[in-house]
Amino acid sequence: MSLRNFDAGQALERLTLMERIRAFEEAARHAAVEEGLVLGAIHLSIGQEAVAVGLLESLRRDDYITSTHRGHGHTLVKGADPAAMMKELLGREGGCCGGKGGSMHIADFGVGMLGANGVVSANITIAAGAAHGVKLLGGDQVVVCIFGDGAANRGPFLEGINWAGVFDLPILFVCEDNQYSATTRTSDMTSGDVGARAEALGLPVTRIDGNDVEEMAATSREIIARIRAGGEPEFMHALTYRLDGHTYFDPATYRPEGEAERMQVETCPIARQRDLLGAAGVAAERMDEIAKAARDEMRAALEAAKAAPWPADDTVFDDVQDVGSPAVEAF
Amino acid sequence: MVVMSYAEAAKLAVAEAMRDDPRVWCVGEDLGRGGVFKQYAGLREEFGPDRISDAPISEAAIMGAAFGAAMVGTRPIVEMRFADFALCATDELINQVAKARFMFGGQSRAPMVIRKPMGMWRSSAAQHSQSLEAWYAHIPGLVVVCPSTPQDNYSMMKAAIACDDPVVYLEHKNIWALEGEVDTTAPGDFGKARVRRSGRDVTIVSWSDCANLAESAGAVLAERGIAAEVIDLVSLWPWDKRAVIESVRKTGRLIVAHEAVSVGGFGAEVVASVAQDVAMKVRPRRLGAPRSLVAYAPNLEDQLRVTEEMIAQAAEEMMEAKAA
Ligand SMILES: Cc1ncc(C[n+]2csc(CCOP(=O)(O)OP(=O)(O)O)c2C)c(N)n1
Ligand SMILES: [Mg+2]
Repeated sequence: MSLRNFDAGQALERLTLMERIRAFEEAARHAAVEEGLVLGAIHLSIGQEAVAVGLLESLRRDDYITSTHRGHGHTLVKGADPAAMMKELLGREGGCCGGKGGSMHIADFGVGMLGANGVVSANITIAAGAAHGVKLLGGDQVVVCIFGDGAANRGPFLEGINWAGVFDLPILFVCEDNQYSATTRTSDMTSGDVGARAEALGLPVTRIDGNDVEEMAATSREIIARIRAGGEPEFMHALTYRLDGHTYFDPATYRPEGEAERMQVETCPIARQRDLLGAAGVAAERMDEIAKAARDEMRAALEAAKAAPWPADDTVFDDVQDVGSPAVEAF
Repeated sequence: MVVMSYAEAAKLAVAEAMRDDPRVWCVGEDLGRGGVFKQYAGLREEFGPDRISDAPISEAAIMGAAFGAAMVGTRPIVEMRFADFALCATDELINQVAKARFMFGGQSRAPMVIRKPMGMWRSSAAQHSQSLEAWYAHIPGLVVVCPSTPQDNYSMMKAAIACDDPVVYLEHKNIWALEGEVDTTAPGDFGKARVRRSGRDVTIVSWSDCANLAESAGAVLAERGIAAEVIDLVSLWPWDKRAVIESVRKTGRLIVAHEAVSVGGFGAEVVASVAQDVAMKVRPRRLGAPRSLVAYAPNLEDQLRVTEEMIAQAAEEMMEAKAA
């Protein structure tokens, strides 16, 4: 763990953000498993929080991100309201997407979060396009495109990264490598090295320990500043680990015995950040308080979501299209 | 009124829209040299390489990137080169572009025109000849336009660029050079059919280049004493159900003719919709390609074509069926 420019205040803020993500997802899992209130599949990023926090903390509100089916952490760090997110997971009125998208389509355009995506890899060309739009409009925003290690095996990976290189776009591609694609170990189905693919397409590649939030934050800040200053598109390969199953109901028994337990001890980014702060003299009680406040916040978000009504029936035909709207003619 | 070709009409519409709105831009393979059908010829000289943008041979990225750029505030015109190649961007169009506004609860729009040159011309075989308009009409979220004349290629292109919904814009490759008068003040209306010929005996519904065949079939029928009403739908979603139903109420006879494969074609939709509303004098007919593949050799290719004579003959048979 790097102590380069270590700032305990900032490190505590990062711990706070990671605890908030963890607490959000634990509350969501509780709502799903214990209460049956989350209706569709949710994919938890427990164990991967340092990527979201370190990567996105230096973005401006008007910068853009595109995310994946495992996007609660990214969305929260970008600035979305956890109660609106929880309402979306429960399919309620007041959800980020009015209850029309659920976890896999969570989006908050007000904070530059251009959407999770239910189609693996699809967000890569879309993010390149958002950066293309920024360039055409003469803006100075940066786009961060986050995808999984499995996404590197679909065509949009090649097409989208080539596009960004060709048009010299203000974008950072981030492979959030949790080592699994659903129930398959990604390395079993991947030829060669993902970062090398991006290098072959001409992008500078940073390989990084995605469970070290301090390193993630410092490095991402530098890269984002370079891109904003007019630099070329870049690629980051962040190695992390999915401590939970693929979905909340996946027991993940396909993993080698003891792997998850060992990783919990060795790599959990929250435990590592607590160790770092402890070594810097921050009291454990203070950090426990942060964790408790996060749990309280997310329990309240869940209660707010549970209290929210279903979306009005007559919103079902809203926002399909203006011309030829199903509200006018659906048959 | 100015006389121009189908290709020039669309180009004029694009150029005017680009002059009016700096957010409009075009992206696709080989656009810098005017596009494969010269439908962008000269535009790069006026608007520069950023707004008449070349693209790698990456259909998925052309569609996906245009969509991303639309979400942050630009208004892309996406050139797919051939409707057949647009299939390489199917996820991007169907799962992303068509659905984003709804899935995100109205937070985003995809104001895009997606140009897909379609249909048979000579000896282009099975991968360069398809008419897949029914697929797009089936997808909620999309507007579908199939213009058949220079006038409509001007007016509907203008309307499509101004539209905040994604518009699948299917131009027919066989008629790029077709000339006609264009009134540049005439607005394009989605869901408004054009009555290409009026008549009391039989209603013939068509779109795209087949509407031109239907119109000439109408002229042939007039010589044979049959007054056909020829309706060009122009757009398939929305489509002008009311105009068709009113016409069939008058004639009592309906033929739908299209170049696409009959089975599962949009003609079936038209016939079913009318049949639910109107008691016809004789059973309706649909004319389309057999459910087979477009061949290269002209004699084989011709066996797939719906012709002017086939349309005229179907109308005559219907008139005889009444007499019987
Ligand atoms: C195109 C496509 N194929 C398959 C799926 C089903 N699926 C959902 S998530 C997933 C695994 C993705 O792995 P990765 O990209 O590493 O992301 P992670 O789940 O590990 O975050 C799969 C196969 C999908 N959603 N989209
Ligand atoms: Mg993965």
